Amino acid sequence: MADVSRHPRIELLTLAKVEDVSGSVGNFKVKVRQKPRYVDLKECTACGDCVAVCPVLVPNEFEMGLTTRRAIHQLFPQAVPAAFSIDMENCLGTNPIACGKCAEVCDKNCISYDDQERNLEFEVGTIIVATGQEVMDATPFEEYGYGKYENVLSSIEFERIISPLGPTLGHLFRPSDRALPKSVSFVQCVGSRCNDGRGRSYCSNICCMNTIKAALLIKDHWPETEVKVFYIDIRAFGKGFEDMYNRSKASGTLYIRGIPGEIMENPETKNLVLSVENGDTGQLEEHESEMVILSVGMEAPADMRDLQTTLNLQKTPDDFYLEAHPKLQPVDAATKGVFFAGCAEAPKDVKDSVTQAGAAAARALGLMALGHVKIPAITSVIDQDNCNMCGTCAKACPYGAITVDKKTGILATVAEAACAGCGTCGAECTRGAIEMKHFTDEQSISQVDAMLAEKAQDKIVVFACNWCSYAGGDFAGVSRLQYPPTMRLIRTMCSGRVDKKWILHAFAKGAPVVLVSGCHYVDCHYIDANRWTQKRVERLWDLMEKKGIRPERLQLEWISSAQASRFQETMVAMEKIRQTVTAEEIEEGRKVFAKNLLEVEIHV
Amino acid sequence: MTQDFGLKHGERVGVFVCECGMNISDTVDVKAVAEYSLGIPGVVHSSVNKYTCAEPGQQEIRDIIREKKLDRIVVAACTPRMHEPTFKACAKEAGLNPYLVEMANIREHCSWVHTDEKEAATDKANDLVRMAVARARYLKAQDETESKVIKKTLVIGGGVAGIQASLDLADAGIEVVLVEKSSTIGGMMAQLGKTFPTMDCPT
Repeated sequence: MADVSRHPRIELLTLAKVEDVSGSVGNFKVKVRQKPRYVDLKECTACGDCVAVCPVLVPNEFEMGLTTRRAIHQLFPQAVPAAFSIDMENCLGTNPIACGKCAEVCDKNCISYDDQERNLEFEVGTIIVATGQEVMDATPFEEYGYGKYENVLSSIEFERIISPLGPTLGHLFRPSDRALPKSVSFVQCVGSRCNDGRGRSYCSNICCMNTIKAALLIKDHWPETEVKVFYIDIRAFGKGFEDMYNRSKASGTLYIRGIPGEIMENPETKNLVLSVENGDTGQLEEHESEMVILSVGMEAPADMRDLQTTLNLQKTPDDFYLEAHPKLQPVDAATKGVFFAGCAEAPKDVKDSVTQAGAAAARALGLMALGHVKIPAITSVIDQDNCNMCGTCAKACPYGAITVDKKTGILATVAEAACAGCGTCGAECTRGAIEMKHFTDEQSISQVDAMLAEKAQDKIVVFACNWCSYAGGDFAGVSRLQYPPTMRLIRTMCSGRVDKKWILHAFAKGAPVVLVSGCHYVDCHYIDANRWTQKRVERLWDLMEKKGIRPERLQLEWISSAQASRFQETMVAMEKIRQTVTAEEIEEGRKVFAKNLLEVEIHV
Repeated sequence: MTQDFGLKHGERVGVFVCECGMNISDTVDVKAVAEYSLGIPGVVHSSVNKYTCAEPGQQEIRDIIREKKLDRIVVAACTPRMHEPTFKACAKEAGLNPYLVEMANIREHCSWVHTDEKEAATDKANDLVRMAVARARYLKAQDETESKVIKKTLVIGGGVAGIQASLDLADAGIEVVLVEKSSTIGGMMAQLGKTFPTMDCPT
């Protein structure tokens, strides 16, 4: 931590929040708002004279409210920067009755109640998101009596109690009588692997090892204290972790398979009774303990949402940020030039956080080392002469790469470095004013024509996105999964690129069945571009219905790159549909959509 | 509606059909595909190769691009997700813009999934090549643009991960702005007395 404050190339902005980020990889424009500290960072020596005279006492959030702090404070002695700050919500300040005691005693005159908020703007080439995790609240688990029984604590509160720098200076005691407990019980998975709405469905990754560590610490210092751990299963999968678990068992800690259904307090002794079905014996048991620690899970901080909007990030259903690829780009965000470190992407321990931070730094460095990035020539090109500033393209762009404003007369302009080439803007533009380099209308239409030139009635036109559906087809191939040879794939980068024109053109050329296929919603490689695909296909179904063309002839399927069998099943299903399409229906489609026929110039 | 896409005629497309050992040729009649290709408008060359991606296969492509003055190539082989970069680089070496390369996936999407339907698989391979040639004739040479990257990083969050990333970058000569919402860095790590598996102080 101290290295950060010393480093000549690190500028540290505390009490600060990123308000806005614009621009794109290589050149992001950042706006940061910094709250006033009311203490001059450069002058303050953290002598503590001010704290001694401050009359205000509030719960200390760093110590999880187990102790108090003053309005002028430092959260912990090794804080960086090593300077105090005033919590103005609680400070008596100089108004209405002058307190001002801290300013009076400060020899260096570094306290100013008039300190102002600062707005900073600067440019960066890359961004690392390391927003961390938060501890879950155990209060909803009423059966455990957290907040009701004094001697039931959360694991993070226990962490402070057992910390040498914590409120008890590392001396273990239980809150009700401040006596060393003769027995301590840990309850695992509080809020984790929970599907009843009070917690999260995932495993929080760190709690098993955190409890094993805590149990070892207790046994090291107070070997006479009985320690029991109630668990579903112990997940000690990291390097050296199983050894620690075995050491903990050898030290006398009792591991009992089973999560207590209820904890009751004996009102006289303040001891706790845990009722549990022992999973190994099948017996209902009661265990009395002088202190209970709830091993609470981790969750994404609530304020991650603001940054999600600012940086165009994506979240998984568990509320952590989604990486560009779970195996091959585990620290990249889908937004180019943005990387994840630590728990921003999922709960992690210190080692994994440090490892991932190094990976994120290396990835960012990779972009910056050369000083320039190559942009694949698959981006969108706007013909401004045809733009009527309707703004649809800007709305459709998942990356905010397009600027357009009818009010001020700004024609659509694309920031090439921010464009990832999904092509959704091109498909949504009703004026034909957007062309995708390397995935143009004529390139795709010519493929449709070449496919349907002969025996159109025997063929299924499939538009498949590069990342998921096309790759799913590749995986089906690798797995040698057989399916009817009637389908032909046309590759686009994203299903969002598949233009309404292309589909109607295919029907006008006599296609019996057209399939549009993309990534599942959460997997879309262009954030949420495939939602536009869905809307577009739904509109076409309505149109087909109105025109008397059976909507089943247009199909929409989400197939991931890992779903070889789903790809196979889909192709079998498509063939079944094709066999139901009559020659009359194909002819009707040709006629109805004849005016949508696009002519490519070359002969195929 | 007629659209004039402004394509000049007289493209010179070369089609290279791959046997992929026997991965393709066991199911697809590759010689028939090569023969069929010659009848596709725009195609001026077609040939079959045992392993197109191997150096001799690539050398043949380079030689024929020069010899027959090809202005586009279609490689009928595996998925472009595997070897498109290979053939793009190969074309570039022969002086052809890499964006003028197209692939027809006659392995993953054809020979491997229709093993018992050799005739239908060959018909499909013909179609896939014809589609690739049609697209190839509309390909345009592209230049990849470069965008400057400022050598400065914004790190959001001053917990252990933010600290580590900041130090790694700053040590490598990069300017770093570390933004932290609290009055001190350290995050949750600072609250931990000891950390596993080393059981030492985290700060």
